[in-house]
Amino acid sequence: MYTIVISQKNPEMDAHARGTLADIRDHGLTGITRVEVDRVFRVEGNLSRDAAELLATRLFVDPVVETWAVYAAGETPDRQGASHVLEIAYNPGVMDPVEGSVLKASSDLGVALGAVRTAARYRFYGEATASEILDAAYAFLANKTVNHVVMGNDDLPKPFAAEEFKGPSHVELVDRDDDDLMAISRGRGLSLSISEMRRIKEHFEQLGRNPTDIELETLAQTWSEHCVHKTFKGRIEFDGEVIDNLLKQTIVKATQELAKPWCVSVFDDNAGVIEFDEKNHICFKVETHNHPSALEPYGGAGTGIGGVIRDVLGTGLGAKPVANTDVFCFARPDYPADEIPDGILHPRRIMRGVVAGVRDYGNRMGVPTVNGAVIFDDRYLGNPLVYCGTVGLLPVGCERKTVLPGMKIVVVGGRTGRDGIHGATFSSAELGSDEENVWSNAVQIGNPITEKKVTDVLMMARDRGLYSAITDCGAGGLSSAVGEMGERTGAVVDLERAPLKYEGLSYTEVWISEAQERMVLAVPPQHAEELLALFESENVEATVIGEFTDTGRLVLRYHGVEVADLDMRFLHKGVPQVRRNAVWRPREECDPVFEEPASLNADLLALLSHPTIASKEWIIRQYDHEVQGGSALKPLVGVENDGPSDASVIRPVLDSEKGVLLANGINPRYSLLDPYFMGLAVIDEAIRQVVAAGGNRGRTALLDNFCWGNPENPERLGELVRAARGCYEAAKAFETPFISGKDSFYNEYAVPSGTIAIPPTLLISAICVIEDVRKLVSMDLKEPGHFVYVVGLTRAEMGGSHYWMLHDAIGRDVPKVDLASAPTAMDKMSAAIRAGCVRACHDCSEGGIGVAAAEMAFSGGVGCEIDLGHLPADSTHGRSDILLFSESPTRWICEVPPDRQKEFETIMEGTPHGRVGQTTASLRMRVTGLSGNAVIDLSLEEMKEAWQRTLREV
Amino acid sequence: MRPHVLVLRAAGSNCDVETAHAFSVAGGEAQRVHVNRVAEKPSLLEKTSILVIPGGFTYGDDVSAGKVLANELMTRLSEPLLRFVERGGLVLGICNGFQVLVKTGLLPGWDEQTPSCTLAGNLSGRFEDRWVWLQPRSSQCVYTRGLEKPIYLPVAHAEGRFTASSPQVLDRLAGNDQVVFRYTDALGNDVGYPGNPNGADRSIAAICNIPGRVMGMMPHPERHIHPTHHPQWTRKSGNGRPDGLAIFENAIRAAQE
Repeated sequence: MYTIVISQKNPEMDAHARGTLADIRDHGLTGITRVEVDRVFRVEGNLSRDAAELLATRLFVDPVVETWAVYAAGETPDRQGASHVLEIAYNPGVMDPVEGSVLKASSDLGVALGAVRTAARYRFYGEATASEILDAAYAFLANKTVNHVVMGNDDLPKPFAAEEFKGPSHVELVDRDDDDLMAISRGRGLSLSISEMRRIKEHFEQLGRNPTDIELETLAQTWSEHCVHKTFKGRIEFDGEVIDNLLKQTIVKATQELAKPWCVSVFDDNAGVIEFDEKNHICFKVETHNHPSALEPYGGAGTGIGGVIRDVLGTGLGAKPVANTDVFCFARPDYPADEIPDGILHPRRIMRGVVAGVRDYGNRMGVPTVNGAVIFDDRYLGNPLVYCGTVGLLPVGCERKTVLPGMKIVVVGGRTGRDGIHGATFSSAELGSDEENVWSNAVQIGNPITEKKVTDVLMMARDRGLYSAITDCGAGGLSSAVGEMGERTGAVVDLERAPLKYEGLSYTEVWISEAQERMVLAVPPQHAEELLALFESENVEATVIGEFTDTGRLVLRYHGVEVADLDMRFLHKGVPQVRRNAVWRPREECDPVFEEPASLNADLLALLSHPTIASKEWIIRQYDHEVQGGSALKPLVGVENDGPSDASVIRPVLDSEKGVLLANGINPRYSLLDPYFMGLAVIDEAIRQVVAAGGNRGRTALLDNFCWGNPENPERLGELVRAARGCYEAAKAFETPFISGKDSFYNEYAVPSGTIAIPPTLLISAICVIEDVRKLVSMDLKEPGHFVYVVGLTRAEMGGSHYWMLHDAIGRDVPKVDLASAPTAMDKMSAAIRAGCVRACHDCSEGGIGVAAAEMAFSGGVGCEIDLGHLPADSTHGRSDILLFSESPTRWICEVPPDRQKEFETIMEGTPHGRVGQTTASLRMRVTGLSGNAVIDLSLEEMKEAWQRTLREV
Repeated sequence: MRPHVLVLRAAGSNCDVETAHAFSVAGGEAQRVHVNRVAEKPSLLEKTSILVIPGGFTYGDDVSAGKVLANELMTRLSEPLLRFVERGGLVLGICNGFQVLVKTGLLPGWDEQTPSCTLAGNLSGRFEDRWVWLQPRSSQCVYTRGLEKPIYLPVAHAEGRFTASSPQVLDRLAGNDQVVFRYTDALGNDVGYPGNPNGADRSIAAICNIPGRVMGMMPHPERHIHPTHHPQWTRKSGNGRPDGLAIFENAIRAAQE
C-alpha cells in the first residue's frame, strides 16, 4: 500500500482551505491562523514504488499548481510544519466515488491496482488542542454517518469479513404475542405496525411455518409508508365522517373527473406523463429526500436528485431526463448555534451540504436545474425538507411496459453494497438524537457518473427495443423493483448473481440494499445477449439475476438454496388498510394591532431581506441551468441577469420552438390557519406563475408533494384531509389535473420536551406545454414611459403574511382564492400576454405588491411610480400598508406600453384591474399612499442590495 | 459537402447532443461517438474533419477536471490523435474538452515534458453558471475569423482558471498569437470578477495551438445559437445572430477549405 499526498503550491488560492479557516475561527479556535488541504490517495495492490510514483506524477498531480509525495506503508507523511494534521476518510461500506475513475486511469497507464481509497488531509497551523481540532472537524468537516476523522496514525478501518452462508434463517412469529411481534418489528427496524405484524403472522400460520428473515424484510419494504402510501389510502374517520382512501377521494378524483385528453399516464407509473408534440411526451416526478438530508445533507440531497432522475428513467420504457427542480425548507441560516438540540446539524451546514449535493449530482448528470424555491422557518430545524424533481422526454410509443414469463431480470448500473439498508422503512419513522447511529446505513453517497453512463446506454437500448419493461431501484432496492415488476407474473431471483461492491453482504442485504444508480430491466430472452453486449461496450455492468415466471410467486435463491417463497398477491394486496382518526378545528388568532407607519420604506427593505424572499442567486449559479442547450427562460432574468424569474422554460427538442415551463407554489405559513386554503393558495401561486411567464392553464398539469408530521396524530391527519380537499377543489376549478404526487410523513424530531414538527407543507409543481417560446415574457421592467397595471383584487386578508411576520404575528384571515373568478382572471392574463400587450409580468406572492414591484424595478433597472389609490381593492380599512403588503392570491403586476393600453383594457374587461402608475427613467420606486403621501421612496440600488445581501454567501 | 464532425463521448460527457446540434445548424454532418469505438477503430478519425471534445464531467472530473479522459486519450489513442492534428485536422474542446486538451498537451501544443499551463479551480471555490463577454484576440485562430467585437456566451464550470507555471509562459502564448479569447466587459475593457468568472491569468478564456486549428475554450458557444438562449432576449425587440454560431460556422468553413 502506498499513500500519495498532493499539496497545493499556492494554498492561498484554495477557496476550500480559506473557507475552512473562516469556519474554524468562527467555531472559536481563533488561535488557528492557517489551514491547508491536501488530496490523499491510498493505492493498494501488488505495485512497486516506481509504479506509485508513476501514478503520482502522471495521474494525480497537476504540476502547474500542485506538488506530490509518495509514502510506503509505515512511512509517516510529512506534517509540513503543521500543528495538527487530520484526515477525513470514508467509512467502510460507503462508496468512494473517485475509486472507479482512478482504477480505470491506472489501468490505462498499465498499473493494476487492487483498491483505491481517497481522503482529504487538513493541516492546521497555530494554537489549539488536538481535542478542540477534533470537535471542530466533526462540527463542519466530517459526518459520522459517512466518514470519520483520522488523527495521527490510526489504522484505517478494515473491510467487512465475509460470513459463511448456512441456509436461510427464520424469524419466529407463530404463537408469538403482540409484545413479541412489536419487539421484532422494532428490533429489526421494520417499521411495521401491530396490525401488519399480526397479518403477517396469520398468513404464515396458515402456511404452517415461520417466515424467513428475507421474507419478512420483503414484506416490510413493500408495505412501508414510503412504498404504499398507507396514510393516504387508509380509512380515516374525520369528525364523524368516514373517508375511504383520501387519495382517491381528492387528488385522483380531480384528475379522473377532468379527463384531459392530453394526459397519457397518471398515477400508475414512476412519473406522470402528458403529451408534448407528435414525437414525444413529457413526464414529471417530484420526490422528497428529507430524512437522509437531515443526517448527511450532501449525500442525502445528491442521492435525492439521483433517485428522482431514475424515476424518470424508469417511466414508460425510459424517458430522457431534461430538467431538474429543487425546493428546500430549512431553519434560518443564522440560527443560534448554542440553541440547537443534540443530534441536529446546524441549518447553515445543512443548506450548504444540500446545495452542494444537488449541484454535484445534477451538474454531473448533465441535467439543467432550472426551477426551485427555498423557504425558511425554524420549525424545519430537525427536519429540513428536500424536494427534488425531474422532467423527462419520452418518445411516443414508449408509454407502456410489458412483463411476460420467461423474460430475464437484468440489473444494470452500480454494484450492490451495504449502503442504503432500510431507507424505505427509515423514511417511515420519526427522527431523534440517536439517529445517526441507528439509521446510518440508510444514508449514502451517490456516484452520478455511473448513473450518467447508465442513462446513455439505456436510451440506446430503448431505441433498439432490447427490453420491454424497466423500473428503478429506489426505496427497498431489488425487493421493491423486482417485486413490483413481477406482481402479475411471478419471479425467481438468484441473489448470488447480483454484482457486489465488496464481500460480506448477507443475502437479505443484497435484496434490500438501496445502493444507488441501479435499474432493473425485463429483457426478452432473444435480446439478452445483444443487450448485455451493448452495456459492456460503454463499460456499464449489466447482469442477469433471474427471470419472470408464471407462478404468481416471488422465489429467492441463494447459492441454489431457496430462501424465500412469497405469494405475490399477499405481498402486494395483503397489507391491512390503516384506520385512523382525524380532527380539525380552526385556530383562533388575532391580527396585530399597531398604527400604520407614515413611511413603509423600512418594512419593504425588511421584507426584501427576509431569507424566503431574498435573492437565491448564490444557489442558482451553482447549478448548471443551461446544459442540454434548451434554455429559453432562465431562473435569473433582467438587465443584469439577476432578477427572480417567475418560471423557467426549456426547449427539450432543439430544432423546435416548443417549450416546457416549470413553476411551483409553496407557502407553509397558511397551513397554520387553514390547510384547505393553503391548498388553494399554492395551486393558485403555481398557475399564476405559469401565466405570468406566458403559459396558460389549459395545458398545465400539477404534481402534489405533501410533507407532514406524524399522521397517527389526529390533528396532523385532519390538516392533511383539509389540504387534500383544497387540492381537489382548486384542481377542478382551474381544470389542471394532478398527474403524479408523493407524500412524506413522520417529519418530526424527538426532543426531551416532545417533538419539533414541521408545519404541514404542500409543494405544488406545475408543468405547462408552451407552443412557441418566442412569445414568453420575463418579470423585469423593460422601458420608462410604460403603464403599470395591477390585475386582481387586493383584500385585507393578512393572515400568514410576511408583513404580519415582521410584527411577530400569524394573524386572522388566511388569503382565500376565489375559485369562481380566478380561472377567468388567469385566462385573461394569458390572453393579454399572448396578444403581445405585456412587456413584463410578475406574480404577487410573499410581500405582496410592494415586493413584486420592487423586484420588477431593480431587475429591469427601470424605476416606477405607483399610486395605491388606483389599486383594485375591496376594503374600507384605509390602510396603505395592507394594500401594499397583502398577499391576496390571483394578482399580477404588468408593464403595458401606452400604444397597447386600449387592447389590454379590452381583454381585461370583467376582471379587476387598475392602472396604478408608470415606469420612469429615474432609478427609484415611489409609492403614493391613500393619504397622498409617499409611503415608499427608495432607490433601486438600496432595494436590490437589501434583497441580495441576506444570502449572498452562505 | 458537409464536413464530418466527430463529437467524442465518454462516461460523463454531457454537452455532446447540443454541440452536435450546433454543428448541424452550422452545416456539418455531426456524429456522437463513444471513445471506446474510436479506440477500437482509430481509422474513424481519418474521415473526420473536425474532432470535438464537448463539455461535461468526464469520469466525474475525479482526480482533476478532464484528467482521466486526457490520460485515456494519451494512452489509448495518442498516435492517431497526433497524426490527426499533424495533418491539419480541426480540434475543438469546449469547457471539459478544453481541460482535456490542456491535460493531453495538445494545447498549447509545445511538445513539453512537463505541462506549463492548466485549468485550476475557480478562485470563488465553486461551480458557477454565468454569462461573460469575450474579446477575440487571435488573428490566426480559424475559429474566430471575422470576429472583432466582444461576443457574449455563458460559462458553467468549477475548474476554469487558466493559469501557467510562469509569466514567461503567458508571454510566449501571447507572442505566438495563441490567446483566442479574453474575458472583458461588453466594450472589450479589462474586468475583474465576475466578468472574469474564475480568476484566470490575464483573463484568458481560450487558447489555440500555433497553427490555430486546435482550440480550447471554457465558455459554451453551443449555448448561444438560438435567439432565446440570450439571457436578455425578452428585453429586445429584434435580435441579431446569436454569438455562438460564428465559432461553428468558422470551423465548418475551415474544414471546407
